[in-house]
Amino acid sequence: MRFVDEFRDADKAHALAAKIADLCEPGRQYKLMEVCGGHTHTIYKHGLEDYLPEQITLVHGPGCPVCVIPMGRVDDAMALAAEPDVIMTSFGDMMRVPGSNGSFFDAKARGTDIRMVYSPLDSLKIARQNPDKRVVFMAIGFETTAPSTAMTVLRAAKEGLQNFSIFCNHVTIIPAIKAILDSPDLRLDGFIGPGHVSTVIGCRPYEFIARDYGKPVVVAGFEPLDILQSIYLLMLQLSQGKAIIENQYSRVVPWDGNMVALKAIGETMELRPYFEWRGLGFISHSALKVREQYASFDAELLFSVPGVRVADPKACQCGEVLKGVLKPWECKVFGTACTPETPIGTCMVSPEGACAAYYNYGRLTRTRVKEASRS
Amino acid sequence: MTTGHVDQPVTQGAQDADGQDPDAQDADSQDPDGQGAGWVQEALREHDEQLKSEQRNQEQASQEQGDQEVRHAHRGSPQPLPGTVREELVLERIDRARRARPRVKEDRITMSHGAGGKATQTLIEAVFLDAFRNPLLEPLEDAAQLRVNGARIALSTDSYVVKPLFFPGGNIGDLAVNGTVNDLAMAGAVPLYLSAGFILEEGFPVADLTKIVASMQAAAQLAGVQIVTGDTKVVEKGKADGCYINTAGIGMIEPDVNLGVAHARPGDAIMVSGPIGDHGVTIMLARGELDIEADVISDTAPLNALVASLLAQTTGVRALRDATRGGVATILNEIATAAGVGVLVNEDDIPVRAQVRGASELLGIDPMYVACEGRLVAVVDGAVADIALAALRAHPQGAQAAIIGHVRAELPGIVQLKTAFGGTRIVDLLVGDPLPRIC
Repeated sequence: MRFVDEFRDADKAHALAAKIADLCEPGRQYKLMEVCGGHTHTIYKHGLEDYLPEQITLVHGPGCPVCVIPMGRVDDAMALAAEPDVIMTSFGDMMRVPGSNGSFFDAKARGTDIRMVYSPLDSLKIARQNPDKRVVFMAIGFETTAPSTAMTVLRAAKEGLQNFSIFCNHVTIIPAIKAILDSPDLRLDGFIGPGHVSTVIGCRPYEFIARDYGKPVVVAGFEPLDILQSIYLLMLQLSQGKAIIENQYSRVVPWDGNMVALKAIGETMELRPYFEWRGLGFISHSALKVREQYASFDAELLFSVPGVRVADPKACQCGEVLKGVLKPWECKVFGTACTPETPIGTCMVSPEGACAAYYNYGRLTRTRVKEASRS
Repeated sequence: MTTGHVDQPVTQGAQDADGQDPDAQDADSQDPDGQGAGWVQEALREHDEQLKSEQRNQEQASQEQGDQEVRHAHRGSPQPLPGTVREELVLERIDRARRARPRVKEDRITMSHGAGGKATQTLIEAVFLDAFRNPLLEPLEDAAQLRVNGARIALSTDSYVVKPLFFPGGNIGDLAVNGTVNDLAMAGAVPLYLSAGFILEEGFPVADLTKIVASMQAAAQLAGVQIVTGDTKVVEKGKADGCYINTAGIGMIEPDVNLGVAHARPGDAIMVSGPIGDHGVTIMLARGELDIEADVISDTAPLNALVASLLAQTTGVRALRDATRGGVATILNEIATAAGVGVLVNEDDIPVRAQVRGASELLGIDPMYVACEGRLVAVVDGAVADIALAALRAHPQGAQAAIIGHVRAELPGIVQLKTAFGGTRIVDLLVGDPLPRIC
């Protein structure tokens, strides 16, 4: 299939893998973080780690949209959904995220009107079709999905829709990366930069990572060869003692980002003073809320939202996994109490979550794989 | 939202009519912890208990065997275990957790329970098998194999709630006939007689019903079976989604035929009878919610003739399964679990139409989990794999049959995929409905 198969070519992968192995200094260990959950998914789905020398460890980062939603916000959304005449609409991934009283799916089974949509524009459609209902869109995600929410708000405003609002949980990637760089428990050698986020924000916002922290960043695409090539580019920089921002995903990511998308976000949303991230705690200026002139589309103002902070279950170590301090299997409850079927932590929910990806695709040590393929 | 499988229950209408269940709301408000937190705590408690008993066992083992590594780990040695050994211990613990007796943790049925994946399996084993347990049911094959007055009979039943009722390549009627015919054929039986039960919603157009019934009759004729008994119920508007159909059927099994996934042995070849995922993707696109168009039609078809010609060519067939809900991935997992063997498949060898692959890529789903309604998975003695493949390909239903992998002794219970990219990964049971990724 065109535009897919050429990015999954095993021969090219072997050639790149050999070059990567050549760049490894003997005795040195390399820790590279893929920031984006989409990359984590690709890495496991295609078995990319099989190509890497043992010296290179991939650390899974915080860029999974549903993984960073704290329990309190899920509870708030459930309270919203339970208000009279409300139809709550949500992306599929969000449906299974557990709050302290179950997930959207559980609430749906109890009779709450929660519907899955593929785009916020589908929520608008539902709002138009149900003038006597109040339709709320559960807006989540990084700068990748924020523009589509923004465009939806703009369109609702243009149409003068009275029964549509968003519950805004959009977050921004840079403060999360900064929190990881400032975290004392982690030493990283470089970053595989988030591809989709960068189509919106461009590559410039990462410059501080090279300048202030001396770490290389390569913005990467989502096919397995994209990621392998980005690892090669990172290793090349490291072998030359360089730290710059490179754009491997230039076929999609413009260096300066997408001004139209950024303008739409800026028009409808502004930074919150602070926002709670699952496992990472409160991070200042790390999330977006609806601007005042669009207040009539802000579910947080239209409805009473409890806003209670709910502590994560004690045994859940999503925070450490999101920061890359723990490998998924090092979490105390991984695979026993917490499984994709009954997730306790968010990392086990989304296919982009590190725990779900590891459980579904990678639940074998490299040793076991080698032994099996020998026989 | 859906695997596109046939049994997607449609509850929206019922919800709109009913509104919220007042009793449920009361119960919830009185119990602030509700159901979600309830099972979390229970799961954690179980986890702790298991961990304790594990530690006891390990200490015992280390005393008996003088196992250095384990002793170090539990006597606070400053030397931690190497990462791979620790990971291995975790993986063993997970294996044990997966083998534990299945329990339904939710207190209400969710859509996942109908998706054909892990939740469905848990529901079947924990609720139905637990209550009905008997040796005939226990294998949980597509059809039960009975003995009546010396004759071997296969018996199977299936309900159909597909939405939309009419889709490219078929409708709920031929689907309902083919589905039960295929379940019988997978037991190696010659399908003979079917029953048909209808649940109709008040207001359903008679013209649509006539059309559905006509295609049932056509499908029955094509498969060489007769519909010999039936039932009709009508429910108030909003209490069903147009038309639901149940079919059951019986067939005769020849004396020398003995199929079952538990018979798989290392060295066996695994093949599929044609491109996978056509039906599921067709249904997903036919709903019109995705604004994607592709030139793909459902693969719904009777497989009994294909099975008959395969069984006539070789006695080396160990098991047959039609890859409906949960897709080929689910069948492979059933083989690995039931026979206690490992399964290795090559992604490159799995036939998938370009349209199906394209739609799956866009939606972020894996064709391995998408339902087919006219494709079978065969486990065949490796020594006669070529004969079996030729037999499948000689029949129009199996023209694009392919060997996709083999059974092995290593990694029992695990399905491993060699990816087209050249890596390896696990193919697990489906969890929930395959939800498209959001970015």
